Amino acid sequence: MVMGLSGSGKSTLIRMLNGLWETTAGDVYIDDVDIAKIGDAELREVRQQKISMVFQHFALLPHRTVAQNAAYALNIQGMEKEERLKKAEEALEMVGLKGWGDKFPAQLSGGMKQRVGLARALAAGSDIMLMDEAFSALDPLIRREMQDQLIELQSRLNKTIVFITHDLNEAMRLGDRIAVMRDGRIVQIGTAEEVLNDPANDYVAQFVADVDRTRVLTASSVMETAQFVVNAEAGPREAQHTMREKQMAAAFAVGRRDNRLQGVVHDKDVVAAVNRGDQKIEGIIDTDVSSVHQDTYLADLFAPSAESPLPLAVVDDDHRLVGVVPRVTLLAAMASISETLHEAEAATAGTETEAVTTEQGGAAS
Amino acid sequence: MSESESFDPMDPRIDVGEWAENGVDWLDETFGPVLDGISDGLSTVYDAVVDLLTAPPFLVMVVLFAALGWFVRSWQFAIFAAAGFYLIAAMDQWEGAMETLTLVLLSAGMAVLLSVPLGVWAAKSSTVSQIVRPVLDFMQTLPPMVYLIPALAMFGIGSVPGMLATVVFAMPPGVRLTELGIRQVDTEVVEAGQAFGSPPGRILRQIQLPLALPTIMAGINQVIMLSLSMVVLAAMVGAAGLGLDVLSGLTTLDVAIGVEAGLGVVILAIYLDRLVAALADRAPVVKAAKVRD
Ligand SMILES: Nc1ncnc2c1ncn2[C@@H]1O[C@H](COP(=O)(O)OP(=O)(O)OP(=O)(O)O)[C@@H](O)[C@H]1O
Ligand SMILES: [Mg+2]
Repeated sequence: MVMGLSGSGKSTLIRMLNGLWETTAGDVYIDDVDIAKIGDAELREVRQQKISMVFQHFALLPHRTVAQNAAYALNIQGMEKEERLKKAEEALEMVGLKGWGDKFPAQLSGGMKQRVGLARALAAGSDIMLMDEAFSALDPLIRREMQDQLIELQSRLNKTIVFITHDLNEAMRLGDRIAVMRDGRIVQIGTAEEVLNDPANDYVAQFVADVDRTRVLTASSVMETAQFVVNAEAGPREAQHTMREKQMAAAFAVGRRDNRLQGVVHDKDVVAAVNRGDQKIEGIIDTDVSSVHQDTYLADLFAPSAESPLPLAVVDDDHRLVGVVPRVTLLAAMASISETLHEAEAATAGTETEAVTTEQGGAAS
Repeated sequence: MSESESFDPMDPRIDVGEWAENGVDWLDETFGPVLDGISDGLSTVYDAVVDLLTAPPFLVMVVLFAALGWFVRSWQFAIFAAAGFYLIAAMDQWEGAMETLTLVLLSAGMAVLLSVPLGVWAAKSSTVSQIVRPVLDFMQTLPPMVYLIPALAMFGIGSVPGMLATVVFAMPPGVRLTELGIRQVDTEVVEAGQAFGSPPGRILRQIQLPLALPTIMAGINQVIMLSLSMVVLAAMVGAAGLGLDVLSGLTTLDVAIGVEAGLGVVILAIYLDRLVAALADRAPVVKAAKVRD
């Protein structure tokens, strides 16, 4: 992810990566080959085999069909017509344009054209993809859809993608690492959370000020340790003891070894079980418990949090209980975020922002 | 040098004309055999094409012109073509019209063959563009008849000097519009070609020329129209065709013949213009943009 204001050199950077524009200083290595130093023919070879590009305004060939466009890179690589059209069809299918191969670009909507651009780059089969504001020309809904599609494709194809965007939320959503550029320089590289919580300078702080943090920060960054947990195989007395100690009306029941969330036990059931003389609480576990995955964005925690009488249980991929988010914690996190926002808007004093971030970090630990 | 010593600033005389004349003489002397070769070759081709067009009975040709119009454009255009060419024959202008058509086809063809590559070159290199542009300006502002003089000097009387003067006269829009067409091709699309590793020649063939084609065709159309007006003027150096009748109408104040020949020129002009415009509409980019499910 490369971001920066207009004119900060993002397009310049990406065009140097595939040698469209020459560097005045520095080297660009692709698989140990310095592309600034090789001849034209070799450079074309590298572009054909190793690196492909998706353009902001799609850059399709208007006089060729969608299928021919998708096959363009393969055409240049010298692949036979039938084979390349077959591959192009596969790529089109990947981006959800199966059956559109015979149309011309003029017959497609903006989102579909960009998918053809994506299919063209995918069909090339190169390991590196350069995307210069590839989604900027799309309207928000389609853009969202394309982002989801890219995330989905990336989870299967695992390419190296250099993605340029103006849109911070897009960068945060798609990017593993984000580079922020200014005046032709990269001023910070880091994960979304690093850039948000620890901006390298005021410029970056200001730049990320209006990021919707609730769509970047996840449950795992605000969750707390679950205090009221009982072993699902324990007896009712032990459960009663835990609940009395923590002064809670209910407790999460987790598996003894795997720590998987099985449900909650409620105080009156526990008391009844004790009175009946039950040996295990298994029978009284209420499995109807709301839990959220640890990677859920804060924005998506509100609804379940509002509905749940208990703090939200946070689980990992294996449904293990990793923490809880009490409603008050969520609200506190939100408050500190909006505070950060206001301060950043009021032209950021770095220290104040830091103070708030620490507070927020405190809430997270 | 000796001339500049006797130069009187109050009564100036700069012999541009003499220099030009010397230049033409020099060309004539130095390349005499070459020029003769060109001249012979061109007049052979010219005679052959005229023979080809005038050999069949005129009605056959009228039908052929109409059919071509139908194929390229529409049945309405075919009707216009049939009526127009029939009228030409009925005005006794058939032979002159076919000669003029031959002159136009050959000289416009040569002008296109020269101007399109030059335009491409100018689009690729700004140095070439900067040199070519003022030359084209000069060529376009020079009165058309001036072109006839050196042609006459080098090739004598006849259709060949007419054609060659026409080639030079008609080239500028071809060069200009080709350069413009190629320069205005979306840079991102050209970059796409480069980014996927396409060599420059292939980018030219697969991207730049097809996308510039409508503009280039507009240029070709203008080349043809300029050629037509010039070959009529070329009658002054003895080129055959409708121009001769126009000229004789002018010199003998014969309104009838002048109008008939002039009408013939107009019909040819409309026919060629519409034909080329229809061809431009068949360019793949134009067709692809018009496709609707
Ligand atoms: N490192 C650099 N050295 C020299 N010139 C640079 C550098 N980075 C950018 N520029 C110049 O700055 C101008 C703008 O750069 P560029 O087009 O890359 O901006 P951008 O970030 O892509 O802007 P936008 O968001 O509007 O697309 C260009 O003319 C480019 O030549
Ligand atoms: Mg840019």
